[in-house]
Amino acid sequence: MAEIQLEGITKRYPDGALAVKDVNLTIADGEFVILVGPSGCGKSTTLNMIAGLEDITEGTLRIGDQIVNDKAPKDRDIAMVFQSYALYPHMSVRDNMGFALRLAKIDKASIREKVEEAARILDLTEHLDRKPANLSGGQRQRVAMGRAIVRSPKAFLMDEPLSNLDAKLRVQMRTQISRLQQRLGTTTVYVTHDQTEAMTLGDRVVVMRGGLVQQVGTPQYLYEEPRNIFVAGFIGSPAMNFLSATLENGMLRTSLGDLVVDDRTRQQLERQNAPRSVIVGFRPEDFEDAALVEAGRGGHTFTTTVDVLESLGSDVYVHFAETGGPAATSELEELATESGLKDAGSMGHQVVARLNAATGAREGHPIELWLDVPRAHVFDPSTGVNLTHPDNAERD
Amino acid sequence: MSGRAAPAGAAPEGAPEQSGAAAEALSEGARQERRLGWLLCSPAVVVMLAVTAYPIGYAVYLSLQRYDLRFPSQAHFIGLSNYGAVLSSDFWWQAFEVTVVITAVSVAVELVLGMMLALVMHRTIFGRGVVRTAVLIPYGIVTVVAAFSWQYAWTPGIGYLASLLPEGSAPLTERWDAIGLIILAEVWKTTPFMALLLLAGLALVPEETLRASMVDGASAWQRFFFVTVPLMKPAILVALLFRTLDAFRVFDNIYVLTGGANGTESVSILGYDNLFTALNLGIGSAISVLIFICVGIIAFAFIKLFGAAAPGSEVRR
Amino acid sequence: MAAAGKRYLARWTVINLIVVGYALFPVWWIAALSFKTPSTLTDGDFVPEQWTFENYRGIFRTSEFTRALINSIGIALISTVIAVVLGTMAAYAVARLRFPGKRLLIGMSLLIAMFPPISLVSPLFNIERILGLFDTWPGLIIPYMTFSLPLAIYTLSAFFREIPWDLEKAAKVDGASPAQAFRMVIAPLAAPGVFTTAILVFIFCWNDFLFAISLTSTTRARTVPAAIAFFTGSSQFQQPTGSIAAAAVVITIPIIAFVLLFQRHIVAGLTAGAVKG
Repeated sequence: MAEIQLEGITKRYPDGALAVKDVNLTIADGEFVILVGPSGCGKSTTLNMIAGLEDITEGTLRIGDQIVNDKAPKDRDIAMVFQSYALYPHMSVRDNMGFALRLAKIDKASIREKVEEAARILDLTEHLDRKPANLSGGQRQRVAMGRAIVRSPKAFLMDEPLSNLDAKLRVQMRTQISRLQQRLGTTTVYVTHDQTEAMTLGDRVVVMRGGLVQQVGTPQYLYEEPRNIFVAGFIGSPAMNFLSATLENGMLRTSLGDLVVDDRTRQQLERQNAPRSVIVGFRPEDFEDAALVEAGRGGHTFTTTVDVLESLGSDVYVHFAETGGPAATSELEELATESGLKDAGSMGHQVVARLNAATGAREGHPIELWLDVPRAHVFDPSTGVNLTHPDNAERD
Repeated sequence: MSGRAAPAGAAPEGAPEQSGAAAEALSEGARQERRLGWLLCSPAVVVMLAVTAYPIGYAVYLSLQRYDLRFPSQAHFIGLSNYGAVLSSDFWWQAFEVTVVITAVSVAVELVLGMMLALVMHRTIFGRGVVRTAVLIPYGIVTVVAAFSWQYAWTPGIGYLASLLPEGSAPLTERWDAIGLIILAEVWKTTPFMALLLLAGLALVPEETLRASMVDGASAWQRFFFVTVPLMKPAILVALLFRTLDAFRVFDNIYVLTGGANGTESVSILGYDNLFTALNLGIGSAISVLIFICVGIIAFAFIKLFGAAAPGSEVRR
Repeated sequence: MAAAGKRYLARWTVINLIVVGYALFPVWWIAALSFKTPSTLTDGDFVPEQWTFENYRGIFRTSEFTRALINSIGIALISTVIAVVLGTMAAYAVARLRFPGKRLLIGMSLLIAMFPPISLVSPLFNIERILGLFDTWPGLIIPYMTFSLPLAIYTLSAFFREIPWDLEKAAKVDGASPAQAFRMVIAPLAAPGVFTTAILVFIFCWNDFLFAISLTSTTRARTVPAAIAFFTGSSQFQQPTGSIAAAAVVITIPIIAFVLLFQRHIVAGLTAGAVKG
């Protein structure tokens, strides 16, 4: 077990393409850190550099107190779980799990003991002598995990280890990985493109885009205080709603009405020289059925028509059209492409509100909604920066 | 060499994207990878160039000489007259006719028969291993051995099959009968190969697509012609290309069955005879070059026909 | 339902029997000939009346056939080894590395796969006479390995592409040196493909007739297919039918053994490169 330290880590391919740029990150001993982002964001490249499977172009990588930039993977004492599991098809489960120990010239008896211990933890004991081809997807995944844990390495590196499983199994294995990591207390770096996995698994989440770290923080912090429009849109499901707005006389003019901004926010926006036209973001839960909000609470009420209503039992999602047109930035475009929304051909710009199940909303009928205005995030459309982020408030 | 040439068809540059990206990830740099690639390929390239490109160039040179092996010292340059001699001779055109007939008929029959065989191997529930094993025997057997078997079978006084024919008939001495028997021997030997290539193509037709067409109301024949055949078209074209080129160089079967007598010479037999019986290296080389050109034309026509599906073109997934 | 099932079974049995019969008929016929005594050789019977091994004893009595057999085995084995080694190197590069000129290599091997061997016979005949390679083992090994190289490259690169290369990374992370990763992980996975290719190349070399009769003139390097064609009877008045049949059966035995033992491999190898993967 060890701390992993990335200092100015950069990856430039021979053809000049920049895959990862200046990543600075300290992963504490025993911490579970998730690298998340859309495909091509550099998260896997970063992981491969930590593993030693790709060269580091610039920067310093420390595992424990050693600089390991120039060390071969075998000398880094790390274990890795691959997306494809990469089980050796010609070896039994037992040999797969014991392979690293065998290479490390550990005596047969202790290999046997360690493999059986790991198999017990992962419920693989009865499959030890089978070949990977005869295992189910979930079992193969567990063998891949087992291969990592028998070694008690300094760190686990996991590259989308659950993305080849079906949805139900994925949720199950997610819990199992989380429990396993807590039990072993091994430093873990986990790569995924799935923000739900990132939110549920990690102690800290690193959001990446285009080779750059966008924000690092606990899942809750990223959700509540996204630093920029990309993180805001990437984290959370259903995603944050973005509306074009005009900042005028301390008010945000949107298609949902003029939202009165509180003093603190207004001062912050002024300090940052906020442009006149901005993007304002609201989480679905920032809306509520006005009839269910206690009178006298501040905020903004407006009337709209319910397009689609999805009842989840505990909550109700209400989709309604917004006439202001979609807020467009390159970040949002990338998010839409990633999630496939771009091809979904939605009719007009839809806003999602999460309402209490007690709501009387009905499809095709008008409804009065309440909006918790102080929770608004205001973004600069040209830079994507969250102007209402606390860090930005303190900066000057 | 009428051995079964490369069965392979699709380009082996399957995965420039994924495997290439993986390789890039592993290498110190593209330059090193490039050097290793060249290093690994160079022995094969050198051998292939030295043993094919150089001799074919030399054959062109020889074909422009009057070169009788009995009088090697009298060899001298005579321009294109060897080609003139070959192209104005009835032997060449007769051999050409025989070769084209054998190629066209045997490939056509093999395609139909091979497709039937492939369907049998694809559909049969039991005995699949036995059928596949049996079918590999004609593929693997030495052509000369099979040819002798057929020759004895059709020779009156020895053969089982000959005794089924009317008294006094000797099919191997009648021109068209003999050509028919040559085609039979070719078909027997190479249909399994065709069938295996087509079987691989059949395996690519998704069962679900066939079910969908069944639901759409297609009959078995309609399913075969409108769904199966179009989907396995690449495999069919690859099989046809390789078999056509292979059939065009037919040699072994004719050599053993008739020796080229009674107007059953193929172009390959003609070239061989000019070289080793007439000992005329100049004429023999001219025939060699002409055959090479014919094969080139066939290959070119097929590749035009293939279009994007040509072997060697970017693999489409 | 049961009746339908039985009919179905019967139908497929008949079809399968036809296929097997088709494949085996000429093989059985020449085998039958080889076991016939000289007096029954011409009876045209499909099953020998009297069985004899005399034809086999006959061909092994003289050196003509045994020498050819040794030539065949030696030349085919050496050609196979060289072609597979060179093919493996090139195929690894094709399947695994990015380098300019790859398409050229593929195009070139495709061209050679289509090449009419007769076009090479006359120049090679002359070149080999000049170089002193005519009627020697290398004189046949060189064209054989050249013509089987495309086959080897195609088949092997198709196999190589199937190896999940993540395994190499996994082995490295597991602590293997590059040599260990190759020896313990990649080589065992590549072995079946290399083996299959070797069988195909061997069959290809074993089969050749045109080069064998063109580039040899004596028993020094003449292989069995060529030797058979030049067989003469033990006396002037005797047809060599029995000897030819026996020799034919002998060289068919390894083919049948390969087919029986490695049916799956051979089918996989033949079709590996043929369809897009």
